[in-house]
Amino acid sequence: MTTIAKKKKIVQMDPTELMEDLLKKYPTKVARKRAKQIMVKEAEGAETPEMGANVRTIPGIITMRGCTYAGCKGVILGPTRDIVNITHGPIGCGFYSWLTRRNQTYTETDADENFMTYAFSTDMNENDIVFGGEKKLKQAIMEAYELFHPKAIAVFSTCPVGLIGDDVHAVAREMKEKLGINVFGFSCEGYKGVSQSAGHHIANNQIFKHVVGTKEEIKVGEFKINLLGEYNIGGDGFEIDRILDKCGITVISTFSGNSTYDQFATSHTADLNTVMCHRSINYVAEMMETKYGIPWIKVNFIGAEATAKSLRKIAQYFDSPKLTERVEAVIAEEMPTVKLAMDMVRPRTEGKTAMLFVGGSRAHHYQELFKELGMRTISAGYEFAHRDDYEGRHVIPEIKVDADSRNIEELEVEPCAESYNPRKTPEEIKNLEEAGFTFKEYAGMIPDMPTKSLVIDDLNQYEAEKLIEIMRPDIFCAGIKEKYSVQKLGIPLKQLHNYDIGGPYAGFKGAVNFYQDIDRMVNSRVWSYLKAPWQEKPELSATYVWE
Amino acid sequence: MTLLRHTPTEIKDRSALSINPAKTCQPVGAMYAALGIHGCLPHSHGSQGCCAYHRSALTRHYKEPVSAATSSFTEGASVFGGQANLLQAINNIFTVYEPDVIAVHTTCLSETIGDDVPQITEKARQEGKIPDGKFVVSASTPSYVGSHVTGFSNMVMGTLKGFAEKTGKKNGKVNIIPGFVEPSDMEEIKRLAAAMGVRTILFPDTSGVLNGPLTGEYKMFPDGGTTIEELRSTGDSIGTLALGEWASADGAKYLDSTHKVPCKILDLPIGLKATDRFIDALRLISGRHVTDLIAHERGQLVDVISDMHQYFYHKKVALVGDPDQVIALTEFLTSIDMCPVHIVTGTPGKKFEARIKEITADSPFPVNVKAHGDMFLLHQWIKNDPVDLLIGNTYCKYMARDEDTPLIRHGFPILDRVGHQYFPTVGYKGGLRLLEKILDALLTRIDRDAKEDQFELAM
Repeated sequence: MTTIAKKKKIVQMDPTELMEDLLKKYPTKVARKRAKQIMVKEAEGAETPEMGANVRTIPGIITMRGCTYAGCKGVILGPTRDIVNITHGPIGCGFYSWLTRRNQTYTETDADENFMTYAFSTDMNENDIVFGGEKKLKQAIMEAYELFHPKAIAVFSTCPVGLIGDDVHAVAREMKEKLGINVFGFSCEGYKGVSQSAGHHIANNQIFKHVVGTKEEIKVGEFKINLLGEYNIGGDGFEIDRILDKCGITVISTFSGNSTYDQFATSHTADLNTVMCHRSINYVAEMMETKYGIPWIKVNFIGAEATAKSLRKIAQYFDSPKLTERVEAVIAEEMPTVKLAMDMVRPRTEGKTAMLFVGGSRAHHYQELFKELGMRTISAGYEFAHRDDYEGRHVIPEIKVDADSRNIEELEVEPCAESYNPRKTPEEIKNLEEAGFTFKEYAGMIPDMPTKSLVIDDLNQYEAEKLIEIMRPDIFCAGIKEKYSVQKLGIPLKQLHNYDIGGPYAGFKGAVNFYQDIDRMVNSRVWSYLKAPWQEKPELSATYVWE
Repeated sequence: MTLLRHTPTEIKDRSALSINPAKTCQPVGAMYAALGIHGCLPHSHGSQGCCAYHRSALTRHYKEPVSAATSSFTEGASVFGGQANLLQAINNIFTVYEPDVIAVHTTCLSETIGDDVPQITEKARQEGKIPDGKFVVSASTPSYVGSHVTGFSNMVMGTLKGFAEKTGKKNGKVNIIPGFVEPSDMEEIKRLAAAMGVRTILFPDTSGVLNGPLTGEYKMFPDGGTTIEELRSTGDSIGTLALGEWASADGAKYLDSTHKVPCKILDLPIGLKATDRFIDALRLISGRHVTDLIAHERGQLVDVISDMHQYFYHKKVALVGDPDQVIALTEFLTSIDMCPVHIVTGTPGKKFEARIKEITADSPFPVNVKAHGDMFLLHQWIKNDPVDLLIGNTYCKYMARDEDTPLIRHGFPILDRVGHQYFPTVGYKGGLRLLEKILDALLTRIDRDAKEDQFELAM
């Protein structure tokens, strides 16, 4: 299939027609399935149809999606520096998740543990598949213990582990007993669920079961929060920490950028859970509220305005004039630099268009930054988000868990006899809500999108090319697999997973970085070099007069 | 701050825990080989995570699009078999993406459950899911056997099995299986053969596929790649040169045993001696003379070796990578009087250690060598006996920084530099480039460390 770049931009194509165009080439059954995952955002007030999401991938369609292991080991546990994470499987899974996500971590000295630069694997061979790998796994845990003496060892199952029946949890229990350190396992075989999403859920469950609340160490701090679903890609978490610290807000734990085992173990001592990436971590937020009485709120530190708004929301929750004052002072101090950068860049970005197809949260969050640049999001979607991430959490009761995701465990959580402590009285909560405060609420991406934009779930290679061919956005946001095919078409692709080795993009400093990077990308001279001079002017007449 | 601070100097035997592998798994090699077929879409028959990881790894290495489809197994398929997934995938791929060939490889998932891909493919054919003039070939690539090099070799075999024919009418060409090397290396091998007037079928051939231009046009199936016609014709060739035993021997032997195309297995033509043997083999198999151009290039390489000899002599080197690459590099380094002292490949294979010992038999230093080893062990060796130079993939940069050792990036994957996809390291020209890189690394280090009075203008 060859798509020839068309220079002319079709500014206004009816999105409904566009949707039909996208589906035309598919076999009937595929077209029917895809039709449920492609929606036109209706005008404010009008109902946008139900979004088809979190359903199985169509075989052969060239999806952007990855697997459960990636969601569990790669995303959630990968960024924790002092746990030895052993992949139980053949070598690939451990190799590919070795330093390939840019979860930065900072330690004071060489004495602090940091295992993130290592890849640990049982490197299963044919014998292990035939006779089982439990013995090898035990031995591997033993060897890891003797070499590193870590605080904890975690074991991650890969595809064949479930099939051959290795019981990683029994091995973990036995080794925990034997070694006297925490050893726990994850049944995150790649085939579970339909995407990375199942892996998030499995990771949440096991961290909650095996680590959260296991250490009663009360950290000092007046306004104590957990930052959930922030993975410190390119230093995002560092920037958020800088801002929170400046405001006098103490971060007890981050799930899981720049995190340590002890942070998870003491996370139940915070007074508020703030959720950045709703998709990956809402399970822990919900469970911590039930078990420990810690309320959670959605925040967003992507975009300067969004950052300010989130800070104010946290201040409002703590209801302290001192904090409110401090937060306002920080915003007032930080904003001028941001504004200056925005004013510099905006004349060059105003009116341009963007498309965003990223994991399970950034396709929404980054629309904030594009708004600040005066850019319009004309299409967006997630790889693996659920309906609540698209439409808002109010649809959760309507969501039917289908056969492909039914086997992902739902933990039964009850209030903890010793530690349950509601941080707010029902009356305080009522007052806050009456003042417009929203607890445990995420309104989803669709409400924030411009009318008549296209929302597409689990976008594939074919649809990406079609979208670009027809709509010619000024920038396309996705990941490494999409980057170079899109750029071959002459459209810059901003990676919103690894930030093209840039960042941070969160917070105030991050916003400035982002403005500058987008300016560079959409205004780079390189995009004018695609045609050689002899292709632009193929006529030969000039040669006759050449002297 | 050291990056690999938990790596102890004391070496303890490990029987179960692999740390910082010097290999990855089969399917990525198969995917790479399949991209060397013109008009081919690689297909990963397993759960979709593998495919995403393999495409990402290749893309990060080449900074180019890497297309591949997957059967996207769910839990149900993993228990009851992935036939329905593959049949749907074949239908969808031919309808939507229209490749000429789908090259299916497997993963640990489909291999463990025992899916029979040729049988499923046959069913797809019977059900009319494979359009006329289109093909599906396959290879079994269990991730728990061998490494990515094994996967490359298996896909070479699978493709030849699917296409090679013997019509009895000789085509007058020489088959070359170039091994798991860069597109730039494949280009160089073709250039050398062409310079001698030898007509070749190079398979697989990723040049023009994974080092393509930016023109404003995206071609999922770029102009490069070995054509189906050429692949069919491999059965009618004069003979096959297999470059690199691990990656290429099986395919060559298959053509020999099945279609009576005689084969010769050579080392990868990296460095002076291995390139000499390659050129000589080309000469003998084709009956063509070695041209002045090639002799000239050889002379230039020898010239630089002699010019810069003082910087090479008895410098210690640590080497890690794929066996075919590492064997050839060890020989090259030894031939210029450098001393490889720590040598690791992650790929299993007993022959490796024996071969390295043979090449380094005259070394003035003790030599550590391990097949199926890992970079953790290599790092420990380096800590115990430091080296002047480290050669390996991007993951070596962590060791290089910790030990303050100059690093030359070679092999797969190189995630943090470009050049490998455009400039070869095979042939005499490639040898020159390697020498330039080695010298640059060593001389930059001398400059950096030189005291004020010993800082030299000319080297």
